[in-house]
Parts: sequence; structure tokens; C-alpha cells
Amino acid sequence: MSDTLRVTPLHDLHAELGGKMVPFAGYEMPVQYPLGVMKEHLHTRTKAGLFDVSHMGQVIVRHADGYAGAAKAMEAIVPVNLLGLGEKRQRYGFFTNDAGGILDDLMIAHRGDEMFVVVNAACKEADIAHMQKHMTGCEIEEITDRALIALQGPSAEAALEPFAPGCDIMKFMDIGIFNSDFGELWISRSGYTGEDGYEISVHATHAEALTRRLLEHDDVEPIGLGARDSLRLEAGLCLYGNDIDTTTSPVEAGLTWAIQKARRAGGDRAGGFPGEARILDELANGTARLRIGLRPEGRAPMRDGTELYAGAEGGAPIGHITSGAFGPTIEAPMSMGYVEAAYTRDGTQLYGEVRGKRQPVRVASMPFTPNTFKR
Amino acid sequence: MKFTEEHEWLREEDGLIVVGITEHASEQLGDIVFVDLPDVGDEVVKDDEVVVIESVKAASDILAPIDGEIMEVNDALTDTPSKVNEDAIGEGWFVKIKASDPSQMDDYMDEAAYKTFIA
Repeated sequence: MSDTLRVTPLHDLHAELGGKMVPFAGYEMPVQYPLGVMKEHLHTRTKAGLFDVSHMGQVIVRHADGYAGAAKAMEAIVPVNLLGLGEKRQRYGFFTNDAGGILDDLMIAHRGDEMFVVVNAACKEADIAHMQKHMTGCEIEEITDRALIALQGPSAEAALEPFAPGCDIMKFMDIGIFNSDFGELWISRSGYTGEDGYEISVHATHAEALTRRLLEHDDVEPIGLGARDSLRLEAGLCLYGNDIDTTTSPVEAGLTWAIQKARRAGGDRAGGFPGEARILDELANGTARLRIGLRPEGRAPMRDGTELYAGAEGGAPIGHITSGAFGPTIEAPMSMGYVEAAYTRDGTQLYGEVRGKRQPVRVASMPFTPNTFKR
Repeated sequence: MKFTEEHEWLREEDGLIVVGITEHASEQLGDIVFVDLPDVGDEVVKDDEVVVIESVKAASDILAPIDGEIMEVNDALTDTPSKVNEDAIGEGWFVKIKASDPSQMDDYMDEAAYKTFIA
């Protein structure tokens, strides 16, 4: 597989910074730097972390009627109110399939005359083919000559502002296009850590120079995929492929907040997306299982695949864990998973089977750490 | 001090064999967040799973390098598993075993051989 791994425009810089490279979604990516996962995680929460997320798919959607045309076409495959999205704003969404499962989750931005979309690396080819097939009248262009950098944490604003004056007044989920010494920067105030911060799309030719300048800031350290995963889990955010996939509906996954009124029963544009029958039914009547947060007792993490039981002995599993790790900020293990609806109340005592032994774990609300978005 | 191909070290101390993992292993595992130790008095046979360590990346089994009885475990690791990263061959030890056949030690590498092994 190593002969087919792709690299990002920051590949040489990762090597110089001592990044430990691993294969991830077809790319060679840094899993950690010499600081180590734990310290990288804590640094992002207290100062700022810089992540190379250039493996993710960046796509521009154009339509003769501008953003509105693209939004209308996208609403046929995403159960989100995209026509109601304001200019220079971004919204979270997901592609659903006919069974009401999730094909991928994504960010959708209103750029005035066009739409900008960011999708997961592992799904990007399939997502683009899906958009091309279903979004009639749209031109779907994958952007392959730009890097994507995430700058996350309380110092992110101070570190980025000198290179993108005005980015400080952006609010959570605002987007903007900034002219800079590093060419045009496509910036959104968002991320995948629960912290305030930005995602910055920069042309490949300027990516390394911009990254170096950002890293010169005393508070900014490079952060690998290891800490990216523990940060997003503490923030209660789903990882596609673990916590959501084609077998989980958005309602089971607790993502109903992303399905606005306009797309629900009685809304202006109710339904009209793949899996509408199941999703609208679940919105009205609930689901047999739900995604929940879990706090294991003690220090041992309960990782994905762990079966969950209602009692310390006997009985069939009532759910399973889809993500689990040690949370450096909460200094305790944390997990998320799916359980039957009867066991979703906060504080419910359950048992996870780890190495053949049932260990106590409690249902807990997410996020595990409060988010610090700039609203 | 002796070393196993599983990246454990063994050191004789007051008639007991102290067991831990090498610095090389602790670096490869990354930050260690949990150590599951056996009970004092457990009888172990070489290659039994005796300790489980969880790092930020994954769980790993530590195998008993030698037959014998667990005489002491490093309880300090329960609250501060990071000692394994900070001082793998010192304060990061796991267990002390009363060896029933100390000649099993002879099968393992000395430090020079281990350094070649990981090079």
C-alpha cells in the first residue's frame, strides 16, 4: 500500500518537524510529533495547535443560478436547509443514502456566487462521484492544488490575524476569502477540536511558507492525527467510519440539530432527500438506539468494538462502543457508542467487556469538555 | 540487565527479577495512560499475559518473561502510568517475580545485543 500513498504540500515540513508518518486514508500523514499525543492535545486546549488536514477533499460547486442553484441541487442529497444558509456562512451536513444511513459528513459554505464543500479524505472520490451523479446542472470541481490547515485553540486568533487581518471579527461558522502574502486564503472559523479556531485553505505553493510563519508564533505547535482524534472525541464530535456510517441514521447518531425545520415534516421543503421515509419517521417517533457518551470508571479506556451490557453478568449486549480513548483534558477515559433507547439517560450504569471482564461505565453527556466557539 | 525480543527488560534485585519495558518500547507506544497489573501471589508461566498497558494509541500485552510468583507490583503506576514514559527502566517497572528457574534469564539478550536488535 505504501507505493500508492499520496502526500500533502506540507510533507517535507512534517519530516523536518519530526512528525511520525503513518498511512491514513491513502495519504502519508503525521500521527504525532516529538511533543507526543498527550502534550499535543493539552497544548491545543491551552494555546494553539496547527494541523495539516490537506488530505480532506475541497470541492467547489458552481451553478448558472449561483449559490442558490447549487444549494437547491445539494438539498436533494443532504437533509439540511442550504437555501436558508446566509452568505459567508458555513453549515454542517451529511450525505444520506436511500436506507437513511450516512454516506459521509461534510461542511458546506455559501461563497456568494458558488458553494464550497469540505469532505472526508477517505470518502472524497465517492462523494464527488455522488455529487456529479445527483446534482444536475452543477459543475463539481475538486480543488487539488490547495492545502488545508487547521489552527485551533485559544491563541489561534492572535496567531492568524497578522496574516489575515479581519479574521478576528469572524464568528463561529463564518467564512471569508482573504488576500494575503500567501495568495488567496479561504478561511472558516470552525474546526474539529471543540476549540475556537480556523480552517485555512491555501494554495499549495504558499502552504509551507504560511505554515512556517504560523509555527513561529510562540503559542503554536504542530499537532498530529493522534491528538486530533482525542480532541474531537472530548468535544463529542463524530468520526466518519467509526461513529457514523451507512448503517447509522442521523437521528440515531444524535445529529438531528443539523436537520433544520425547513427539511422536517411540515417544513417549507420537507423531505426530498435519500432515506427521507426512515429519517422523517425517526424524527417523529424516535429510534431503537442512540449515540451516547460514556465515562468508564477507573483509567482504562474502552475502545471501539467494546460490547456494552446492562448488567455485570449475563444478558445480551445492549450496545457497543464506536470510539474510545483517554481524554488528556478530563484526565479520564471517555467513549462514545450506541445503546438501546432504554439506556440513554445520563448516569445510567452499564458494563463494557474489556479483555473478557465486564467493567463499569456510565452514560455521560457530551461534549466531555465544554466547547469554546466564538459565537 | 537482560532484554527480550518483546522489548522487556529484566534485572535481578535482592533475589527477585524486576520486569519493565524498554525506553525504545515506551517511545513506540506513545503516552501510556493505564497499566493493569497482576495480583501479588499470582503464579505466572513464561509467555503468560501478565500486564496490560494502554497507550494513547492501543492496548498492549506484556508477557511474563520467566516462570515464577509475583512478589510485588508497582502500584504507583495505577495513578501515574506516565512513569513508564518518563523512566522506563527505573520507576516505570511493572512487577517483581520470584523466579522458579533463574536459568531462563540466560536465553535473553544483553544490552549490546538488544541495541543491535532495535537498530
